[in-house]
Amino acid sequence: MAGEAVIRVHGLRNQFGEQVVHDALDLEVRRGEVLGVVGGSGSGKSVLMRTILGLNRPRAGTVELLGIDVLRGDAEARAAAQTRCGVLFQDGALFSSLTVTENVQAPMREHLRLPRQLMDEMAALKIAMVGLPADAGPKYPAELSGGMRKRAGLARALALDPEVVFLDEPTAGLDPIGAAEFDELIRGLQRSLGLTVIMVTHDLDSLAAICDRIAVLVDKQVRVGTMAEHMRDMHPWIQAYFHGPRARAAFAAAGTPSGEGS
Amino acid sequence: MGDGPGWIRQAAADGQLVVSAGGMWTIAGAAALEQAVMGLEPEQAERVRFDLSALDRVDTAGVHLLRTAAHRYQAAGARVDFEGISAQMKPLFELVADNEGRGPPEAPRRNPLAVVIERLGRSTVEAAREVLVLLGFVGEVTVAALRYLWRPHRFRLVSLANQIERAGLNAIPIILLMTFLIGIVIAYQGSVQLRSLGFEILTIDMLAITILRELGVLLTAIMIAGRSGSAFTAEIGTMKVNEEIAAMQALGLDPVEVLVLPRLIALVIALPILTVFADIVGLVGGAAMAVVTMDMSTTQFLVRLEEAATFAHFMVGLVKAPAFAFIIAIVGCYEGLRVSGGAESVGQMTTRAVVLSIFLVIVADAAFSIMFATMGI
Repeated sequence: MAGEAVIRVHGLRNQFGEQVVHDALDLEVRRGEVLGVVGGSGSGKSVLMRTILGLNRPRAGTVELLGIDVLRGDAEARAAAQTRCGVLFQDGALFSSLTVTENVQAPMREHLRLPRQLMDEMAALKIAMVGLPADAGPKYPAELSGGMRKRAGLARALALDPEVVFLDEPTAGLDPIGAAEFDELIRGLQRSLGLTVIMVTHDLDSLAAICDRIAVLVDKQVRVGTMAEHMRDMHPWIQAYFHGPRARAAFAAAGTPSGEGS
Repeated sequence: MGDGPGWIRQAAADGQLVVSAGGMWTIAGAAALEQAVMGLEPEQAERVRFDLSALDRVDTAGVHLLRTAAHRYQAAGARVDFEGISAQMKPLFELVADNEGRGPPEAPRRNPLAVVIERLGRSTVEAAREVLVLLGFVGEVTVAALRYLWRPHRFRLVSLANQIERAGLNAIPIILLMTFLIGIVIAYQGSVQLRSLGFEILTIDMLAITILRELGVLLTAIMIAGRSGSAFTAEIGTMKVNEEIAAMQALGLDPVEVLVLPRLIALVIALPILTVFADIVGLVGGAAMAVVTMDMSTTQFLVRLEEAATFAHFMVGLVKAPAFAFIIAIVGCYEGLRVSGGAESVGQMTTRAVVLSIFLVIVADAAFSIMFATMGI
């Protein structure tokens, strides 16, 4: 089962006016892996994520998510594929008029008819799973700290037990301790729930600590490989990214064989 | 991997109870599975084995329901053992076991009458406190305005001009249209009612007095409260949400000086001007109606109007305009600064600002009426 592709992107082209963001981009994500997505500002990391989710229509190319054509499949099949995906937006994107519990229950209410007690139990379970205290449930997003909002957003993303989870900069804005804890949480949940995780991030520590493979967006395309493979890549941006002083410190901390290629 | 629907059943075998479950135990089928779990009749047994080897697929909802089933047997006095959990599913069972049963503590039930009384008390105290805080805000704005008297060169003229354009100039078309129509309505209603009494000519007096003294300024103020007061709250509130207000304070800028004063002064200038326009167009609308329905010549109308529309009436209306402008701007900005949290709060405060400012404008109008009556104007 491992190695089966859950996402297939082929020949993708995204263009806004004159500006081409992606051109002939190919990407495959395997079931059960944690894929980090990195790239310079404006290289189209978020656009790629939105395209895979069907939130953005590309100019050309095909996108297949869990075996369903996101661009040309019928609406019902696409909606079904979307319920099998969870998304954590930057800063959580929680519905500010709902409590944390109601936020977690929102996807359940929308897609399933569950008895109220079961929904309450499931919400409490998800809230505990992401490491929030039980009394966070009745609180509103505005009453939570940034780190707690991210955890609550993750609980909502996991509400329907998705197979694929998209994380947009999950550790941005967290202190290093909080970020490391969040990395650990993601890794733990990924193992227990058998998730496939696609994680847009700039956090080199996260990349080194939890990503199986890394997709680097350069020259309007992606280069996918393990950390060691990227270390050997001679592309100037990749060189600068993976051999900078911050990168070296992060890899040394994670025990990645950073010297292998250089 | 099969994907038949999930099932659960119990069977007795050599003095032991065996509960077996299989199929898909996922959240998609959770409603049916919950019914199946609740439909189980736990038989008395010392030991119950849960055989899960037939499970095809399971997620957190499935594990939770299986554990709920187990709890029911435990409640009936049995010892429960899970068997047949595949290595792949084991971490999931552990994850759920670690995090289950940590729901928020139930709020204690309370006497509904006490809840109603408490809410009434709280909102009364809250309302009283708000009056005080609003007065405090008026004081703060006054102090900021007085500071300008010392340093007039610091006054933000560009901001003021911008606000006058948005709150005043851009509002002219809608206010002209509205008061023109109101003029027509008053003239028509007045002529019909007064004709039956034989005092049709007094329609013109009625028109002049209602438009000049009351409706011209009142309707303009209500329109501005809905148009600009709400905009003030939403703008300042969104800035508050974006932490722009905090950034201003950190840079040593006073939000009252930068945001509130230009808006306040702009409205105090714009509303009287708009009122003059409203008065004129209201009279024109009434005149148009009167000439059409009352078979009266334009000259006759104008002569009568000149007698009825005295300068005193006009001034009584106009004098109220700056006061109304002050109320609308203060309430709008105050509610904007009170926004806390997110988008919902902005909406809530905007509604409050419009409702409160229209209410206070009408209260002030009543106070003016009493005052003018006592003064005999």
